[in-house]
Amino acid sequence: MTEGIIVFNMTPNVLRNFFSKSATRLYPKETRETFGNVRGELYNKIEACIFCRTCARKCPSQCITVDTKEATWQCDPFVCVYCGVCVENCPKKCLYQKNEYRKPAIEKEVIFMKGEIKKEKTEEDQQEK
Amino acid sequence: MKEEVISVTPDTLGNKIAEMKKNGYRFVTMSCVELDSDTVDILYHFDKNLELAHFRLTIPKNEAAPSISPVYFAAFLVENEIQDQFGIRFDGLAIDYNRTLYLEEEVQRAPYCRITVSNVEGSEGD
Amino acid sequence: MARTIIPFGPQHPVFPEPLHLKLVLEDEIVKEAVPALGYVHRGLEMLADIRDYHQMIQICERVCGICSTIHAQCYCQGIEELMGIEVPARAKFLRVIWAEIHRVQSHLLWLGLFADAFGFESLFMQCWKIRERVMDINEATGGNRVNVSVNIIGGVKRDLAPDMTRWILSELDLVEQEVKRLEKVLLHDYTVKKRTVGKGVLTKDQALELGAVGPTLRGSGVAQDIRQLGYAAYGDLSYTPVVAKDGDAYSRNRVRFLETYQAIALVREAISKLPPGEISVKVKGKPEGEIVSRVEQPRGELMYYIKGNGKKNLDRLRIRTPTFANIPPLLSMLPGIELADVPVIVLSIDPCISCTER
Ligand code: SF4
Ligand code: SF4
Repeated sequence: MTEGIIVFNMTPNVLRNFFSKSATRLYPKETRETFGNVRGELYNKIEACIFCRTCARKCPSQCITVDTKEATWQCDPFVCVYCGVCVENCPKKCLYQKNEYRKPAIEKEVIFMKGEIKKEKTEEDQQEK
Repeated sequence: MKEEVISVTPDTLGNKIAEMKKNGYRFVTMSCVELDSDTVDILYHFDKNLELAHFRLTIPKNEAAPSISPVYFAAFLVENEIQDQFGIRFDGLAIDYNRTLYLEEEVQRAPYCRITVSNVEGSEGD
Repeated sequence: MARTIIPFGPQHPVFPEPLHLKLVLEDEIVKEAVPALGYVHRGLEMLADIRDYHQMIQICERVCGICSTIHAQCYCQGIEELMGIEVPARAKFLRVIWAEIHRVQSHLLWLGLFADAFGFESLFMQCWKIRERVMDINEATGGNRVNVSVNIIGGVKRDLAPDMTRWILSELDLVEQEVKRLEKVLLHDYTVKKRTVGKGVLTKDQALELGAVGPTLRGSGVAQDIRQLGYAAYGDLSYTPVVAKDGDAYSRNRVRFLETYQAIALVREAISKLPPGEISVKVKGKPEGEIVSRVEQPRGELMYYIKGNGKKNLDRLRIRTPTFANIPPLLSMLPGIELADVPVIVLSIDPCISCTER
């Protein structure tokens, strides 16, 4: 590099930014459209759940508690890391993730869901066992 | 491991390390593995032109290991880390934090040693 | 001359993360530096005891936020080698694509922070503005901005559809254009050069002796990069390490800047060669034996030592991150420089403290 003192290199960039659209948004008034496939808030379609505890066992942050007898499914959304492992492993595909992230909160809450124990077990479940 | 792991003793370690240094090896790191309640393995990893070389030193926990930081200065950090985590002492450290690199002074136990067999869950069927 | 000891950090405006340095000064000149760690130690390695080897993927991803997918890749490659799993070719290419996209965002993040370290705020914001585009690619392809979480043992979780790869390419073209506009600033501007040229010199011999890795090593003229081993699909891609000779802060800046271009080129090449087929294979059995797995992270060589004993929990998982290896070289760069240059020099190794302490 043989050049002498080069200054004001940043000026073209600055000017360009000055005349182009703002790079930021007026959040939360204006939000970006979410991408499909995003791993956001996690919920359970409790009617389909068979309380097999697969999700609770596979979860790396161990934030799901399943009570087989009482037929409850419980998740601490502030411990969950939204990795999607439970969704992939659920045999009933009753877990799903929204495309939006959970909003920040100042108080903790727990997602608590109560379902019913299914009486008849399908063949598929028995294989799972 | 793919590469051969050469066993060394506290007495032969110094020579081997000096030899590595002479041959222009780069010090990668050391790994400490707890074998049972009183012995640990210390593995020394070296690299030269992307070829790895390993040494294995097996010592009792209550014995001090010779430090290689006078030869490879870069080893002082990982040796201090092992002091903190496993309670193994190193003789002749270039900079000795006296087990306070990660820990507070009052901590006595070695957090990376299993006191009991710590298999907490036994829930997975397979 | 009186000696003064100045604590530098753990909270310092230039540090995104807590690192503490005890600087021994004579007037304004640094004579000696001693690091103190332990502010963000999380004991992640020990989680291998209570989490099974599949769950460890998510934990490895969280060792470092900026290079999470590369951590998972390193871990998965190690386990795959232990268990003798052959990963499908498509998965290998996909891993390279995500890893290189990560490298682009990591280097842009660093270039911004580096500019911030010597007070070039507008450059900092410009770099981060460009980086946002790359983060969008991460989010759209992997499902999250930072923890892309695509690697599993035996391959990858997600595939890239042809229209997605086209979109990635067009976005990367824009990123490259915008980065190009900064080339003159980052490589030739008076302000940048004044603060970086000749500062914090690490010679070639010192770099090798002190175990420097990554751009810190390549900035000192050693053309060594773990990608040369040809892991994943790097063997099928044209790749030569970027090297700079002088070993000062400017050289390291130069290496990282040019690597950004190279990473974009690698993504393009990997996409053009992307083979069809499966993206993962089924995994059976448990890992047994010991292995050292290495990959190249944006900051340098990442090493995992994995020891399995045929159970679902690993016996030992040891992670050596690149910043851990770059701290001893940093200590040798600091003596002799002015206090005002310390932030620039410290940032020039691209310190990532939470990975260092794990
Ligand atoms: S894995 Fe699915 S079916 Fe089983 S308990 Fe969890 S949510 Fe219910
Ligand atoms: S998304 Fe991951 S962390 Fe959250 S509940 Fe499911 S498995 Fe657990």
